[in-house]
Amino acid sequence: MVMVNGESLDVAGKTVAEYLKTANYDPRRVAVERNGKIVPKAKYSETVIEDGDNIEVVIFVGGG
Amino acid sequence: MVELATSKAEFQRALEERHGAELQKKFSNSTVAVCGLGGLGSNIAVALARAGIGKLILIDFDRVEITNLNRQQYKAGQIGCYKTDALSENIAEIAPYITLEVHNVRLSEKNIEVYLKNTDVICEAFDDPECKAMLVNTVLENLPDKYLVAASGMAGLGSANAIRTRRVSGKFYLCGDGESDVTDGTGLISTRVMLCAAHQAHTALRIISGEFEA
Repeated sequence: MVMVNGESLDVAGKTVAEYLKTANYDPRRVAVERNGKIVPKAKYSETVIEDGDNIEVVIFVGGG
Repeated sequence: MVELATSKAEFQRALEERHGAELQKKFSNSTVAVCGLGGLGSNIAVALARAGIGKLILIDFDRVEITNLNRQQYKAGQIGCYKTDALSENIAEIAPYITLEVHNVRLSEKNIEVYLKNTDVICEAFDDPECKAMLVNTVLENLPDKYLVAASGMAGLGSANAIRTRRVSGKFYLCGDGESDVTDGTGLISTRVMLCAAHQAHTALRIISGEFEA
């Protein structure tokens, strides 16, 4: 299992890009950390989420 | 320039009296960059200037509009001025001995390192969500030694208590309720934007003081 924003999810084996798409996140409005380290945007489609990973998807909404 | 009856030493003494000499020394020796000088950024900058931060780097490309005055630290007479100029004027009246470095530019992946390489803490204070994400991703990827305090979700009249600060990881902090989007309806209300700005400014001060929990 994979922890995504504190929730245990069965997403191991998916790439970050695939996970963002299935979860309906707009990749232009997020920052993704994997085990405390930023996943560069250019690597979303090649970074495979592994069992035991801790993923944080930080979502940005408008306003400031 | 305003003619000052009060000396730099008097300002310094007053700040030390309020904050203690040890803490004030940390504030005085620090630099904070404020990226975006709207509702968040202008309020962050004023709060940090009052706290006696030594140097602020103020970055925006926009001009003051009448629709900004409901929440941003500008005056009616400054409509049409560049925000960098207007905020510099206002801060100089509040904290005349602060050092200001202003850049009237639009930050992008290409220039972020140039403008932000010499700061201790970076406050992300944009309004557009894609710009927010761009800044956060670029700083985390290319300037990993910087403390970064970003914001997401402060629109509307939701509870003040929903605005919070979270340490996402290491040197990356996020303030706001995480969900109240400006496009949802109510728009941006001065108090809730100021709450979020205060969270960001407060987090910057805590980091500078050596307190790293959210």
